[in-house]
Amino acid sequence: MLARLSRHRAFGLLVIAIVIAVAPLLFPSTFYYRMGTAIFIAALAAVGLNILMGLAGQVSLGHAGFYGIGAYAVAVGPASFGVPGWAAILIGLALAASVAFLVGRPILKLRGHYLAVATLGFGILVSMVLTNEGAWTGGPDGMSVKRLVLFGYVLKDRAAWYWASALVLLMGALLAVNLIDSPTGRAMRALHDSEVAAAVNGIDVARYKLWAFVISACYASLAGSLAALSDAFITPASAGFLKSIELVTMVVLGGMGSVIGGIVGAAFLESLPQLLARMQEVEHVLLGLIIMLVMIFMREGLFPTLARRFGRASP
Amino acid sequence: MSQFLQFLFSGLTEGAVYAMVALGFTIIYNASDVVNFAQGEFVMLGGMVTFFVNAAGVPLPLAALLAIVVAVLVGLALNKLAVEPARGASVVNLIIITIGASIFIKGVAQLVFDKRFHRFQAFSGDEPIRVLDATILPQSLWVLAGACAIFVGLWLFFGHTLAGKAITAVASNRLAAELVGINTQRMMALSFALSAGIGAIAGILITPISPTSVEVGTLLALKGFAGAMLGGMGNPLGAVAGGLMVGIVEKLSAGYLSTNYKDAVAFIIIILTLLVLPAGLFGKVKVDRV
Repeated sequence: MLARLSRHRAFGLLVIAIVIAVAPLLFPSTFYYRMGTAIFIAALAAVGLNILMGLAGQVSLGHAGFYGIGAYAVAVGPASFGVPGWAAILIGLALAASVAFLVGRPILKLRGHYLAVATLGFGILVSMVLTNEGAWTGGPDGMSVKRLVLFGYVLKDRAAWYWASALVLLMGALLAVNLIDSPTGRAMRALHDSEVAAAVNGIDVARYKLWAFVISACYASLAGSLAALSDAFITPASAGFLKSIELVTMVVLGGMGSVIGGIVGAAFLESLPQLLARMQEVEHVLLGLIIMLVMIFMREGLFPTLARRFGRASP
Repeated sequence: MSQFLQFLFSGLTEGAVYAMVALGFTIIYNASDVVNFAQGEFVMLGGMVTFFVNAAGVPLPLAALLAIVVAVLVGLALNKLAVEPARGASVVNLIIITIGASIFIKGVAQLVFDKRFHRFQAFSGDEPIRVLDATILPQSLWVLAGACAIFVGLWLFFGHTLAGKAITAVASNRLAAELVGINTQRMMALSFALSAGIGAIAGILITPISPTSVEVGTLLALKGFAGAMLGGMGNPLGAVAGGLMVGIVEKLSAGYLSTNYKDAVAFIIIILTLLVLPAGLFGKVKVDRV
């Protein structure tokens, strides 16, 4: 029974769900709820980016742009247009998806370094707009975000956000796991291995690349919205180059193509600054060092490498 | 007209720095297929080390020399400790390794130096020189002259010395180069040293005009990278042309359109170029073998 269960594609998620449910029992203070929330939200973005990078094999160094779109949708929507928070999340999603669709069509024709620089440019453009249109966005200092109200209940308690973001992450991850094993996911994996071979087998390469791009943009946008709402504050840095790099690092650190890996990478990278908070001076030094070491000695990422060592194939 | 000329001069100065960064990218890319995102940190080290050594009482020329040595050593260490052990890793892995290196170098620089902006005095005064209807700073001439010297030097090095030809050979076919007895590892180290040195020189030359801090590396690397892409990745002449163009377009758009979006315009143009000419202005279109 357990052996059969452990082979199921969602088994890893079940384990993670149990960890998430049990972890609060060990929290010494409510601060850890907040840290958990930050990890789940980052993980959501990483799971989405992993669909583009790990599954379809396309690089994006500008995904914080979509994260920023989602974040500012829930900040500007309620503040300037009186849109309720939940509707602003949907508007952010629609906006990110349409921008991804329009930008993705021409950009995804590029490959390798060229795709990297084009997406990087896109991300920088978004963060620049957010920085410069101060009348809407509060400029470089950022702006405060109205609390999310759902069914008359104001979501602001740290524990409430912990459970809400965990739920969204698990649903997003379940979707991603199912996508990997769907015909669409198989098509994406095929074009990852060889675009020519995929095309010869009748796969519309451009269309599936675009799909992967749009889907990952939606994940990033949703994550951005949740981050803005849970922190109740947002700055353009959330759409900046470093944020994009963080997202890519989470995916690659955790393990490309593995949903669990994306979550592990996010947990690792998000908790690192907290653990290093006492040594703030050397935080960047250690961050850079760890990134390099993992990339050199565990090329597939933390999760697949460790999973192999302990004798389990990665889901 | 005079205004245009003024923008052009400052664009050329800025562009010369981007061109030097782009050249650094190109040299490493050709020798090892690595896009080195830590390239901007060499520029930062050039300016910062010079400032702090100079502030400690060492004469400027000596301080500058020391800064170049430091940057070269950092470049060699980067190659030996981070790039060489990662031989054969995927493009994305290598990009992330060099980004990690960039964060690391920046972090160490912050510990050793500080977070503030610094500049040292211009080499031959701050009296602007009148050229036609516009003025140009003597330091800008230093930047342009330095860039020209580097371009000519590199051209002579790659075309007329054994080591330069060996690097070119490694760039065109690594295995074949190894077969004829070229020490490819030494050539990789040489190319990292070379591009670190060029970056440091760029940083030293530009600091009197635009102050330096530990944070300047990232944007410089991005724009230099953009210049290298615009010219066609791997093409040294393209890197120079691309870098200069990014600088000029940036200053023109800052002057005529909006200073807020000057960084944006550079990237818009790069995206458009990539879409219309995917291999850059001077690059060859790569044909994949299936």
